[in-house]
Parts: sequence; C-alpha cells; structure tokens
Amino acid sequence: MSDSAQLLLRLALLALATVIVQFAGVSQVQVFGVSADLAPLVVASVGLLLGAVPGAIMGFGMGLLVDTVLLQTLGVSSLILLSLGYGAGRLRELRDPASALTPIAVGAAASALAAIGFSLMQFLLGVDAPVSLLLIREILLYVLVNAIIALPVYGLVRRALQPLLPDDPRRRRRRAYVTGGLSPLSRS
Amino acid sequence: MYKQTVRRRRAVLALLVALSLLLLTAYFGESSGGGLHSLQRGALSVLAPVQEGASRALKPFRDFAGWFGDTLDARGERDKLRSERNRLRREVIGAETARRENQQLRRLVALDNSGSLEGFEPVTARVIGRSPTVWYATINVDKGTGDGLRVDQPAVSGDGLVGKVTAVTRGAAQITLITDHTSGVSAKVVTPVLTAQGNGITGLVQTAVGNPQDLRLDFIPRRARLREGDRIVTAGSRSDKLESLFPPGIPIGVVTRADEEELSQFQRVHIRAYADLRKLDFVQILVPGSGADSSDRAQTP
Repeated sequence: MSDSAQLLLRLALLALATVIVQFAGVSQVQVFGVSADLAPLVVASVGLLLGAVPGAIMGFGMGLLVDTVLLQTLGVSSLILLSLGYGAGRLRELRDPASALTPIAVGAAASALAAIGFSLMQFLLGVDAPVSLLLIREILLYVLVNAIIALPVYGLVRRALQPLLPDDPRRRRRRAYVTGGLSPLSRS
Repeated sequence: MYKQTVRRRRAVLALLVALSLLLLTAYFGESSGGGLHSLQRGALSVLAPVQEGASRALKPFRDFAGWFGDTLDARGERDKLRSERNRLRREVIGAETARRENQQLRRLVALDNSGSLEGFEPVTARVIGRSPTVWYATINVDKGTGDGLRVDQPAVSGDGLVGKVTAVTRGAAQITLITDHTSGVSAKVVTPVLTAQGNGITGLVQTAVGNPQDLRLDFIPRRARLREGDRIVTAGSRSDKLESLFPPGIPIGVVTRADEEELSQFQRVHIRAYADLRKLDFVQILVPGSGADSSDRAQTP
C-alpha cells in the first residue's frame, strides 16, 4: 500500500474513533458544566502535524461524520472543521512552530473558532429560541476545557500517525544544526 | 514546482468548501424523507451498534470522571434535599386529604379516573451518544422502529419528562431534549396548595440557547401568582382534533424563580427540570399501546 493510501486509511480510522469516543464517552462527562469536544482538537492536530491539505481533508471528513451521527444539517460542521484544519496546516507551513506549547494555543484557538463559527452558522440558518448572554460563558468554559486536554490529544494523534509523519520541527532543526544546515560555523 | 503546489492546495480547499456548501444547500432544501436524510439515517443505523458497544465500554471512565463533580455537588445537594423532604412531608399530608376528596367528587360526577400514562407501553432504551455542542441538546438511544418507536413520541426518565423522538432508524433513535432550543412543551402549573391561584395556569416550557440548565415557562398570564416550589407538569390534551404529543400530568420541573417584574413584562418564570438531563443512562419512550390510534389526529407540543 502506498504512503498516501496508508495515510488516508489512518486518517479515516482516526476520525471514526474520535467521533465514537466523543459521542459515547466524552460528551457525557461535564467539566465546569460543559463537555469537551475532540473534533476541533484532532483536526487542528492533524493540520499541525501534516499540513494544510491533509488538515482540510480531515476536517471535511470529520465534519461529515459528526453531522451524520448527530443527524444535523450536513455540511455545517464540515465547513467549519475544514477551515480549522487548513488554518492549522498553514500555520505549520508558514511558521513551523517548534514550541511545546503550540498544540495548547492552537487547540484553544481552534475550539474558540469552532464555537464561534458554529454559533454564526446557527444564526445564519435561523434560530427560533431566545439566545442567552450566558452562551459567551459557555463558549469560554468550552475553550478552557478543550485547551486543558489539547496537549494529550495532540500526543495521541501524533502517536496514531507516527510512521507517516514528516519530521518534527524541533528534530528537523536539531539535525540541520548538527549537519551544518543552520550552523553559524557553516555559513562563515 | 512551488506554484503547482500552491495551485493544488487552493484547488483542494475550494473543492471542499464548494462540496460543503452544496451539501448544506441540498440538505436544507430537501424534505425529511429526501436522499441525504435517508443516507444519514442509514449511516446512523450502521454506526449505532458500534456506538452502543463503545458507550458500554466507556461507562466506567464516564462514571469515574463524573464522580469528582458529584462529590463536590453532594454536600449542597444533601442540605437542599433535606429541606425539600420536610416541605414535601407537609404537602403529602395535605395532598392525601385532597385525594380522598377528589375521589369522592369524581365518583359523584362519574369522570374517568385513568392515569395519564394509561394506554402507553414504555420502551426502555440505553443512551448511546450525546451531542457535545451547546446548540443541540440531543441524545441517541439504542432502540428504533423495530421496537415500536416513531417520531414525536415522548421520552421520560424516572424523574420526569426528558424530550421527544425526533429521528428514528431500525435500531436507533435520536431524542431531542427539553433543553434544546427547538423544543417547546405545553405545560401547566400544579401548586402544592390546591386552592392557590396559580393552580392550572398553562404556558410553554422553552429554553434559551446558552443556558440549558434554566428552563422557562413562557406565555403565562401577567396576573398569575406563581411561587418558588410550584410544580410544572405537561398540560397535554386528549381532544380528538388537536391532541398533544405529551400525555398530561408528566412532571417537568419546579419553579425556581418567579420575579414579579419579569412576570408582568415577559410573562415568564424560571424552572429547573426534575430529570437530570446531563446524566442520563436510560430513558423510557412512551409508545402508544395497541389499542391507541392517533395517527389521523393533528398534534401540538
């Protein structure tokens, strides 16, 4: 099996496992009155690890699966999650962040964007019920809970995709330094 | 080479966005019996057994995580329950007297004394999934059309009303909870003191997006005198022409805040649901018994 086929298979299995664990387990546990949401975290992690195109594809597929399992309007979650995957992937491609805290920041940003995007989509599609200002508190708590679990989720995603991953930014820089690529000595 | 990569990346993004918008438009435009809806239900029925297995396997982890929160809440809950027990004890004595009087009066006017759930056969179902977003309060259960479930049937727990069935496949169903923003239940007030003015007042139980723990009883008369502790039950109606989805008398919740200003301006009081909708493991769906046939009647919430 080629590398791309293997990668697609792994991404599909990862998406399926995430959705099942989310709805059968994580959604039913409340911390500070809200549930964590694995979908934006996993999609952002895939974007960070693999780049913009795999991130967008993972976001689209995961969104489709989420909407299917929840019998929601098809396409809403896909649109939001593919943007997150693409954004996280572009961050990797343009900035190549090496800090160990990057997954937390990206996870929190992805969760905030997912919550705001989802709310905007609901407003665009029409809401019949009153909307409480406490929605903002719910979104903030949701982002906080997701930020707490962002690092372990990133670690699990990296482990699941390990054999097919391009080099880790820190390892790549270390190797480039040792072999002379980034060494100030080699430039002189 | 670089330009080709950029072009490819943009093409993939444009394609996926277009596909999402196409799906969204098509799904929104079609009826609930359309192709995409059927595909969705088909996928749900395939995934339901997997979800059920995962739900059972993950139960110990859920319980473990829930234990921490429960321990923190337990102390406050204990004190609240003690005072509630004392209040209920007093009310039971009054209610017993009223019940005896009621029975005698019913006999006098020859009214039907049947219970509100008579004619229904409750089907117990295990909760196998739950929506994580604040916008949708839905759960998935492991029973479907094969067990007699149909769309719009009410779902209850041991404590009170939970919601209604909104989608159903052969082996699974989706229940929209009363805390979902699309939900509305016609309800009436049952005061502890039967002679109180609030008794029998009807309204609509709704929720506000973002605050699912706080249900509202809307559209009640401005001059209604409701108090904290008044109970809310389903109003129901058994009229031949406009039958309610919910049978009458199912407990919904208790009034937690009845602000006079809010009552006169917005015709609203706040209530807390009896059923703990965050921790549901099993629910019962009220399936009409074999004798009941209400398919040709119009229905209201």
